[in-house]
Amino acid sequence: MEILSLLLDGFAVAFEPLNLALIVFGCAVGLFIGAMPGLGSVNGVAILLPMTFLVPPTGAIIFLAAIYYGAMYGGAISSIMLGIPGASTAVATTFDGRPMAMKGDADKALIAAATASFVGGTISVILFTTIAPPLADVALTFGAPEIFALMLMAFATFVGLGGDDIPKTLFSIFIGLVFGAVGLDIVSGEPRLIIGGIPGFFHGINFLVLAIGIYGIAEMLWTIEVSKGDVMISQASVSVKRTLATMKELVGTWKTMVMGSVLGYFVGILPAAGATPGALMAYGIAKTGAKDPSSYGKGNINGVVAPESANNAASTGSMLPMLTLGIPGSPTTAILLGGMVIWGLEPGPMLFIEHKEFVWGLIASLYAANLFALVINIAFIPAFIWVLKLPFTILAPVIFILCVVGGFVPTMDMHDVWLMLVFGVVGYLMRKLDYPMAPAVLAIVLGPLAEPALRQSLLISSGSFSIFFTRPFASAIIVTAIILILLPVLKIIYEKIKKPAAA
Amino acid sequence: MRNFGTKILSLSVALGLGLGFAAAPVDSAQAWEPKKPVEFVVMAGKGGGADKAVRFIQSIIAKNKMSSKPFSPVNKPGGSGAEALIHVKNASDPDHTLMFTLNSFYTTPLRQPSLKVNIETFTPVGRMAEDTFLLWVNKDSGIKNVDQFVKAAKAAGNKWIMAGTGKNSEDNILTDFLNKAYGLNMKYVPYKGGGRVAKELAGNNANSTVNNPSEQLGFYQAGKTVPLAAFTPTRLPLFKDAPTFKEIGKDFVYFMQRTVVGAPGMSKGAAAYYQGLFKKVFNSKEWQGYMKKKSLQGEFLTGDALMKYWLVQREVQRGMLKKMGAIK
Amino acid sequence: MRMAELVMGLVMGVFSLYLMWKSAELPIGWIAGEGPGGGAWPFWLAAGMLVCCIAIVVRWAKRITPESRSEEVYMDKRTMRMFLLNAGSLAVMIGLFHIVGAYGAIPLFLIFYLRFMGGHSWRLTGTFAVLTPIVTFMFFEIALQKTLPKGFTEPLFLPIFDMIY
Repeated sequence: MEILSLLLDGFAVAFEPLNLALIVFGCAVGLFIGAMPGLGSVNGVAILLPMTFLVPPTGAIIFLAAIYYGAMYGGAISSIMLGIPGASTAVATTFDGRPMAMKGDADKALIAAATASFVGGTISVILFTTIAPPLADVALTFGAPEIFALMLMAFATFVGLGGDDIPKTLFSIFIGLVFGAVGLDIVSGEPRLIIGGIPGFFHGINFLVLAIGIYGIAEMLWTIEVSKGDVMISQASVSVKRTLATMKELVGTWKTMVMGSVLGYFVGILPAAGATPGALMAYGIAKTGAKDPSSYGKGNINGVVAPESANNAASTGSMLPMLTLGIPGSPTTAILLGGMVIWGLEPGPMLFIEHKEFVWGLIASLYAANLFALVINIAFIPAFIWVLKLPFTILAPVIFILCVVGGFVPTMDMHDVWLMLVFGVVGYLMRKLDYPMAPAVLAIVLGPLAEPALRQSLLISSGSFSIFFTRPFASAIIVTAIILILLPVLKIIYEKIKKPAAA
Repeated sequence: MRNFGTKILSLSVALGLGLGFAAAPVDSAQAWEPKKPVEFVVMAGKGGGADKAVRFIQSIIAKNKMSSKPFSPVNKPGGSGAEALIHVKNASDPDHTLMFTLNSFYTTPLRQPSLKVNIETFTPVGRMAEDTFLLWVNKDSGIKNVDQFVKAAKAAGNKWIMAGTGKNSEDNILTDFLNKAYGLNMKYVPYKGGGRVAKELAGNNANSTVNNPSEQLGFYQAGKTVPLAAFTPTRLPLFKDAPTFKEIGKDFVYFMQRTVVGAPGMSKGAAAYYQGLFKKVFNSKEWQGYMKKKSLQGEFLTGDALMKYWLVQREVQRGMLKKMGAIK
Repeated sequence: MRMAELVMGLVMGVFSLYLMWKSAELPIGWIAGEGPGGGAWPFWLAAGMLVCCIAIVVRWAKRITPESRSEEVYMDKRTMRMFLLNAGSLAVMIGLFHIVGAYGAIPLFLIFYLRFMGGHSWRLTGTFAVLTPIVTFMFFEIALQKTLPKGFTEPLFLPIFDMIY
């Protein structure tokens, strides 16, 4: 096996003292950045990119990859502890991670997230090593119709996500999609929906602004109301005994982990898809396939395991098109790509031939980064638990400040901070009336991917929808999506038929 | 990572000093230098050609310690650069605000007069390069020259897909030129960013593109795509086999500028500082190597010569947009 | 609660109409041979929002949803006070970012929140008010080289920049 020996050489590169130190440091920094609401792996990698010129290129990229992984773990921490997804990739982790923390099982959720991430990373590195080159060619043939089909599938897996009130759930999806359309219409090149003519809307509504507004500010206002301003967020404890018990429980989730990892990896490979849809789809499938779907969203450990294994697997997956084709599968890999160019490592089909030791060194470091992120993460859990035990009147202002600064930094625009406040206040008022908020946040992420793909497809086909059914990949995915949409509906009908019979 | 401990120490000292001497007048006889991190606005999104160039320049400046303060890139891709233009036009501190521009520096103010942006008010700092364009097809198509391309595209009519970077963008201008010059009816499909466009061609989801060399280089070297002809005055050294359009009888030359622009109202001292700095960057071996590898063209231009170049280019763009019907 | 449900439905309905009107600046119909126009996606989705709002109001009139039957007050006095204090102080802090900058606004916000809302000791309040901006500065401006707004306090930072870079 030539690839295996290459991978071993890669480990030799990764375990050089300097590179190893960079991996450990990168993981720690990434963990910290990812744990801050508003700052995700994209921000971490982008912001620290210029600081890497002090080390040799391989070390620099390894450092950035370590930050990437650390931040992916870190995103889960803020999802679980604060209920605010640190990055879009961790949105699905809040669904069950947050309820677990509220029940006092924060340590369990954190360990589950870290372990699932580790498994996801491991499986994806194995997949990467064995089937990288042929897959790169398949990924290349994915055009606009396939991407749209994929987005439809991502939505389909989320049919059952909202609350009981159907008009309010639909409203939430629609408003998210409309907000996602603000800014520029790529196809006609015209500015669109510049609300009130304010120039800040030219860059569109950043996902983070809505997410921090809703999951940060609105959530805090809600918590303050419910707790009357003087209760701790949740009780949590951590001990070796509990950790071991959690580990035992996690063994029972191996099916979910494997499903999440494999799915995440393949979704991650597809250009323009990446870790966010991967994590969402894994959550949706885990829920649909579960024996007890109603326990999801209330603190089911599988609901943490599925998205976390998927998003880590997807981050490895998204490295594949970047390294082999020079196409980033996610915003973070787009920045890594920029970093490689700066260092004279031109990504693309030639990279595997010209810079073998770099490619496999990077892959081996990804694996090492995974291991260290797991260790560092578990070591820090007591610290995160301690943070939870602070009085709420200390935690609240600090979180508010984190939200404001985190909302400002990605675009360096105060407009986004004000917008975030508006989303926070309106989101709080709507939440009081039982409008579900998660669908809006998902829609604002997926909408800007789905719409251009739909319109590009229709442009290519001169306006005929047949394009989605005549291409093998697109039609297979679309059919799957339709089945996924119909499945919960059929389930309901089936249960309705069954009930009277039983009674 | 410099020594963090020293930094913390110096910071606490500085805090004390800063509070004490904040009002101390600056020695005006000294040459101007930035007093705080310089905001380096990019008119395009993260990961694109312009963004990569900016981050490369940032690293050249930092690596060679050319500036005492860091340059911090800020992406403002909104509204085809409209957001960046407005931001820089209204910069609160013009001495510390720079912008890295593309051709949208000309076309966006022309297409959106409501922005009230006049590029003559901006401060010319330095033209770092001009990027070139070529006509590309997928190798599987078997097309080897422009004649075969024209024949195939004619036969396909509007089923021939030309992928590009956005309506009325540089790629669209070139597509319109090809359609007119050869009597074709190619369909223009816009995608987000040149990298994505290059990938659509390599994956056979488009029939042809007019990518920059840097965008197609990887696929070209892997033998997936072929350049047919260049929109340049002379053949490009990297693609010797591709003739220029001039050679094959259609005189059409088109460049993408990569220019550093200062905010309107920048002081003379600051302008002189940045002009000198970017000249140094341009002449650095890193930048020269980058230009060669990316097949970038053009000499360093600055000051009045650069302003003159802008005004000429703006008229060229105005003419093209008028022909396309994008403006009146 | 009942009143709030109606008002929210109506306000969001009006907002949907605004978004529809704004989307209609670009073509919202089907362009032959091209597919939907540039405004179609947001226009029809905003129309979907409007339909949802109408459904919400109809369900309100029929008293189907729990909120439309609830006679509870939407916000009692205490809740209102907490909401105004929190959202208000947050808005004031963001506003102060423009004037005194991040490093002036953050300590002021902390002093207000910790001391006057939380009733913590001056010692704890002081520690947070001093440490938070310093940590923020070191993390963002030194480690990440991201400049936060400084308002009129900017000249105070110039000598610090000279020291650290």
